[in-house]
Amino acid sequence: MALITLSVDGESHTFDAEPDMPLLYALRDHLALKNPRFGCGLAQCGACTVLMDGQPIRSCVMPVAAVTGELTTLGGLAVNGTPHVVQQAFIDEQVPFCGYCVSGWVLYAVALLERDPAPSDEAIRAAFAGLKCRCGAHSAILRAVNRAAGELQRA
Amino acid sequence: MEFDATVSRRDVLKGSGALVVAVVAPRALSQAPAGDGQQGPFWRELSPAQLDTYLAIDEQGLVTAYFGKMDMGQGVDLSIAQIVAEELHMALDDVAVVMGDTALTVNQGGASGSTGLEQGAKPLRNAAAEARRVLSELGARHLGLLMSQVGSQGGAVYALDDPTQRVSYGELLGGQHFDVKLEWNGRFGNTLDARGRETPKPSSIYETVGKPFQRRDLPGIVMGTRDYIVDVRLPGMLHGRVVRPPVAGSVPANFDSDSIAHIPGARVVHEGDYLGVVAEREWDAIKAARELDVTWTDVDAPFPEMASLYDHIREAPVVRESAGGGRAADVAPDLESFDAALARANRVIEAEYEFPFQSHASMAPACAVCDFRGDHAILWTGSQKPHYAAQGVAQLLGLPVENVRGIWVPGPGSYGRNDAGDAAMDAALMSKAAGRPVRVQGMRDEGSGWDPKGPASIHHVRASFDAAGNVTAYCFRSKGFSAGDTESNESNPSHTYAGMLTGWPDASVQRFNNPGDRYEFPNKVQYWQTIAPLLGRASPLRTAHLRDPLGPQIHFASESFVDEMAHAVNTDPIEFRLRYLEEQRDADVLRAAAERYAWQPRVAATREIRSGDVATGRGVAYTRRNNSVVAVIAEVDVNLRTGRVWPRRFVVAADQGIVVNPLWLRRTLEGNVIHGMSRTLHEEVRFSRERVTSIDWLSYPILEMADAPEEIDIVLVNRPELPPYGAGEPSTRTITPAIANAIFDATGVRLRRAPFTAERMLEALEAAAT
Repeated sequence: MALITLSVDGESHTFDAEPDMPLLYALRDHLALKNPRFGCGLAQCGACTVLMDGQPIRSCVMPVAAVTGELTTLGGLAVNGTPHVVQQAFIDEQVPFCGYCVSGWVLYAVALLERDPAPSDEAIRAAFAGLKCRCGAHSAILRAVNRAAGELQRA
Repeated sequence: MEFDATVSRRDVLKGSGALVVAVVAPRALSQAPAGDGQQGPFWRELSPAQLDTYLAIDEQGLVTAYFGKMDMGQGVDLSIAQIVAEELHMALDDVAVVMGDTALTVNQGGASGSTGLEQGAKPLRNAAAEARRVLSELGARHLGLLMSQVGSQGGAVYALDDPTQRVSYGELLGGQHFDVKLEWNGRFGNTLDARGRETPKPSSIYETVGKPFQRRDLPGIVMGTRDYIVDVRLPGMLHGRVVRPPVAGSVPANFDSDSIAHIPGARVVHEGDYLGVVAEREWDAIKAARELDVTWTDVDAPFPEMASLYDHIREAPVVRESAGGGRAADVAPDLESFDAALARANRVIEAEYEFPFQSHASMAPACAVCDFRGDHAILWTGSQKPHYAAQGVAQLLGLPVENVRGIWVPGPGSYGRNDAGDAAMDAALMSKAAGRPVRVQGMRDEGSGWDPKGPASIHHVRASFDAAGNVTAYCFRSKGFSAGDTESNESNPSHTYAGMLTGWPDASVQRFNNPGDRYEFPNKVQYWQTIAPLLGRASPLRTAHLRDPLGPQIHFASESFVDEMAHAVNTDPIEFRLRYLEEQRDADVLRAAAERYAWQPRVAATREIRSGDVATGRGVAYTRRNNSVVAVIAEVDVNLRTGRVWPRRFVVAADQGIVVNPLWLRRTLEGNVIHGMSRTLHEEVRFSRERVTSIDWLSYPILEMADAPEEIDIVLVNRPELPPYGAGEPSTRTITPAIANAIFDATGVRLRRAPFTAERMLEALEAAAT
């Protein structure tokens, strides 16, 4: 056991945990957060995605003691209750079916638009490599990312 | 996610005969359970013959509809709200829908067979119409008018000659409940129906039905605030994990509890041949399941080599054969007239198609929570059928069914009878053994490797023609594993992994199905044969319903072969189909797809090159499932060098009866196209002689964003004169044959084994070239 300190969505948390325990279990079990969610435990699907200093990571394989930066979850994206532009685009385009996988898609889109505010179709598809959606929301996700990019350019 | 386990509204449902009884607390969401637990029932049964079972109105005039099915992410509950709002002349925002809680809703069969609206909306629509009548009567009385002198609008009853004279539903009924009998058809499940004296509105005056409202649960999903089954947390809750054998069919001979003694709170759960672990923290339960030292029984490897799967099916003895439905009595196929016609034929063609086992492979392995308290239990489940799952848990726990409450909480996707039906039993069994609430969630390999599978099958088709190219006979024969090793109704523990390992008797059934089409071929025969499972009990290849059960495999064959028939007589594939489709709805849908695609009639296999190594083609498929009619045209690129198959564009035409919500009907059809694409291009359960080896997303790949089509163009053939027909699944079955037919058009090569991986495409291209 080791004393672990995490900064998640702007709040600091300190607790005892095994250092090799994946971050996902710290977020869900120790901090009682509702997302990210377990999908595969193998970094193959993205349902457990969080941002660390703005970059998407898979919390299901990241040892909790290896976390070095500020974490942002899907639930921490909103500012004063206002959805992030990507979240708003996902709502406007009515993207999710079951929605279980949504953390990965939204957070990878946030990171993509941060570095490339006007991504090509090819760049969007490449940015999502390795993410899974079993219900088949892919076309709607593409529409939502394009909509969000459009919003950012207008802003 | 915190739950109040005492929720029940049943005590207020006892009527006294008056039209409306003044009882405080309309939905009684704070009522204690009915029984004291000594004699049961713990939760009183809701009556399907009571209006109040389906609808409640609070003091603010807000309506709650109680829906005994559920939505698996396709907006069914939204459409139910639209239908109820329509009948009550209310704003959609003022109608909420409660679903999936057995204490609050009657058993309408759960999510099942795309019947959410087709069947499930019926009693809700009727109840809302009857409520409108009752409220109008009360309103007229309140206003001192006759029924004929009032109307209703905006959640209020008003005087027709002076609309300023009005009284709201909330004023009329708030704080009370309906005590109005309905005529119930005596059935539970999908076909439950009930009606009052009032007739629902004609569709010609619909205002809310037919509009593209947005799903109301989506902001919560996207903002990360919506609860999923994995978020259920109870005081004192343990985490459980199932311990699975290394060789399918082997069972624990011995285990060493000391091997997990170093893990805090870890304990073994062992009953019959069932083995699991529980621990206080989830990570500890995971470690305990991995580290528990188990000696497993030696068993013979239960499976054939995967490469010989289809030979196994071909050679296996037939267990059941029928030309009828899987749930009906056997019907002998009329092969005599077919054989006679064949003997006279000018020309005969035949082909055989092969379709693999496929996994539900939901986004996450299933999760369930059960709190067993001796005389009663509460089950939280992501299962599509919480009413039946609760009945199954009651049987497993030895409790009266009234003493188990099932609460559905959205799960990680559901496409039929996936592993959620097993997890419910796992949680119940472990909670009983541990004496504490237990949350069970599988690891990835359990979501792909141990979920029930869509059955593998082969399909042999023959057709004959006269000298003029007219079809003279047609015979379609399926042979495969039964779809019913595991029934989708979860009320019998025999149909669950835990039940199979704790002594519940075999209850598997033998059934398959025939193509859903209306081709008027002379001497047409369709029949099926099933074979025995490879491993009878607790098999990782046990079969169950997977989205559009049996549809993709059967229609891959039937709609591919219709294309082969068209090609054999040098006819355009749409023109050929229309020649044999006599019903207007079928022909209209096919024509609507052709028109949107700008389909130019020609014989297939033009081998058009788009650019460089990429050939392009188009393919069509049509189906009728129950009352739904769908036609799909796929435009597919085939890379002749790499073998990559990429369906870049689809046109989907669908007649689903009246369109209730065009936005979510379109989204639903779009999801089915992509789900179908994934199964067509990538999905095949792999196995060794000892076990299933598709255990993650690398060994069971599904479609990723790189393969998403450029465009899915949807044409809704609206039929306002018809009821809504199921859209949740039927289009799925058209995707594989549409792609196969497009590949043939692009390359002249016919793929008759799914999935169409790049490797398989390349092999077929090379074989055709030599």
